[in-house]
Amino acid sequence: MVATVLWVYVGSVLWSMRISVSSSRTLPISDFVGLKQYARLFDSERWVLSLQNMALFGALFIAGCLVIGFLLAVFIDQRVRAEGVLRTVFLYPYAMSFVATGLVWQWMLNPELGLQSTVRGWGFPNFKFDWIVQQDTVMLAIVVAAVWQACGLVMALMLAGLRGIDESLWMAARIEGIPKWRVYLSIVLPMLGPSIGTAFVLLSVSVVKVFDVVVAMTQGGPGLASEVPAKFIIDNLLVRANIGLASAASTVLLLTVLALLAPWFYARAHAARRSERSARALRASATQGAAA
Amino acid sequence: MFLATAAVAFLLPLYVMVVTSIKPMEEIRLGNLFAWPVRITLEPWVQAWTSACTGLECGGIRVGFMNSVAIVVPSTILSILLGALNGYALSFWRPRGAQAFFVVLLTGAFIPYQVMMFPLIRALATLGLFGTLPGVVLIHTLFGMPVMTLLFRNYYASVPHELFMAARIDGGGFWRIFVQLMLPMSLPIVVVAVIMQVTAIWNDFLIGLVFAGHEWLPMTVQLNNIINTTTGERLYNVNMAATLLTSLVPLTVYLVSGRWFVRGIAAGAVKG
Repeated sequence: MVATVLWVYVGSVLWSMRISVSSSRTLPISDFVGLKQYARLFDSERWVLSLQNMALFGALFIAGCLVIGFLLAVFIDQRVRAEGVLRTVFLYPYAMSFVATGLVWQWMLNPELGLQSTVRGWGFPNFKFDWIVQQDTVMLAIVVAAVWQACGLVMALMLAGLRGIDESLWMAARIEGIPKWRVYLSIVLPMLGPSIGTAFVLLSVSVVKVFDVVVAMTQGGPGLASEVPAKFIIDNLLVRANIGLASAASTVLLLTVLALLAPWFYARAHAARRSERSARALRASATQGAAA
Repeated sequence: MFLATAAVAFLLPLYVMVVTSIKPMEEIRLGNLFAWPVRITLEPWVQAWTSACTGLECGGIRVGFMNSVAIVVPSTILSILLGALNGYALSFWRPRGAQAFFVVLLTGAFIPYQVMMFPLIRALATLGLFGTLPGVVLIHTLFGMPVMTLLFRNYYASVPHELFMAARIDGGGFWRIFVQLMLPMSLPIVVVAVIMQVTAIWNDFLIGLVFAGHEWLPMTVQLNNIINTTTGERLYNVNMAATLLTSLVPLTVYLVSGRWFVRGIAAGAVKG
């Protein structure tokens, strides 16, 4: 059974890669055209645009989630009342689908009847908030929706990290008279490294996969302004019958993910080895102590 | 103060959804998103459930709901069973190539589905399963396996190995130890797994869109079709009612499960 799974995973990935070096369009053809599909891919304005969009989205989305998630976690960590309620509130969007998220925000950002018209009705007739219908700001609108959905996750991860920090650190800081924000910035933040790393990896993988929220919110529009790679692939695969090109694009996507994962895997393996070594050293010294 | 503001901002979309879904269209056209309805109506909810149109069909979101239930139940059970079995085999029996298998799975948890999509479509088509319920369930089970295996493997890693050895000495075989010893012990992690899988599969859009053909479209895909392919006047209240209906299942799971949900995330949830 294990072998079957391996076969399915590895096999289908390899098959995709194989198609990406053939001239297949509607049906797979087993000729070999080298990297022609890749050349075509990067000649395609739509693909390049979708990569740019993904980069912009990724940078803002990850930064937004990390900053807001960290702030939320820090504020919640101050022994506030109703902590449980607040955590529930901040994490509930994460339980919602990307589709629902996209649709709600599509409605809220609707310039005719949404936030813009509401604020205008409050007596600010010049208020402008039409990101979703403007080509150069539509990605920002998607970032807003996605950050709303995902930053509760970062909060949960960071909060777990914060709770793992020893009380004595705070004691020491208080005795030394170091202001709280300094402690957070210079001591706690670096200590949260592993949590931040995990959050970063999870977020960046979801950036590469981003699809549902765009389809639901803008369908890639206005024009092609919010096109993303995952959508490019699905369109070429299912609608435009361009499977060679789609496979080349998905191979590029795969390599991106692997490039993102490799350092993280390495760091984790490294950390595991180190903790193992220190555990062994500890045990050794314990037995020595017992012998003595 | 910061927290209160943030909480309001986070709740705003939910409030807007609820308010919009119980307003008549005349009030929505006034363009005040936050106003409490003058006349509360449940008509949009009824319409969303029974008669909202996706393209030419006007059966409401009800159809998608049934499909989603039909997809989620077997997919959740199968993926958890297989994940538990894999995790158990990896932690205790350590077959040859376990390490390689583990690396593939870990990577599999992260790679975009698109990479495997075309071969899988072809494979399903060859088997005659494309666009059928078993086909969709199979794909969900397959894609759910990496995360489930990781979850169970990490859990079993904390089970003392002596326990397994004792069971072995008492003559327990592979299956017997799994069914009678490990599964009953796994209840806490099974709960976490159920929460994760139900939410993830219910919220899935891509797999439903690609593999479900026409007949088994899950609720998320149908919702998107209702809202984004309508011609003529857009019934925002019906749309929001449909969106709420679609989100009801995962939100209920989330609210009821509370801390377990967070545990799922903390347990190395790598969904997305």
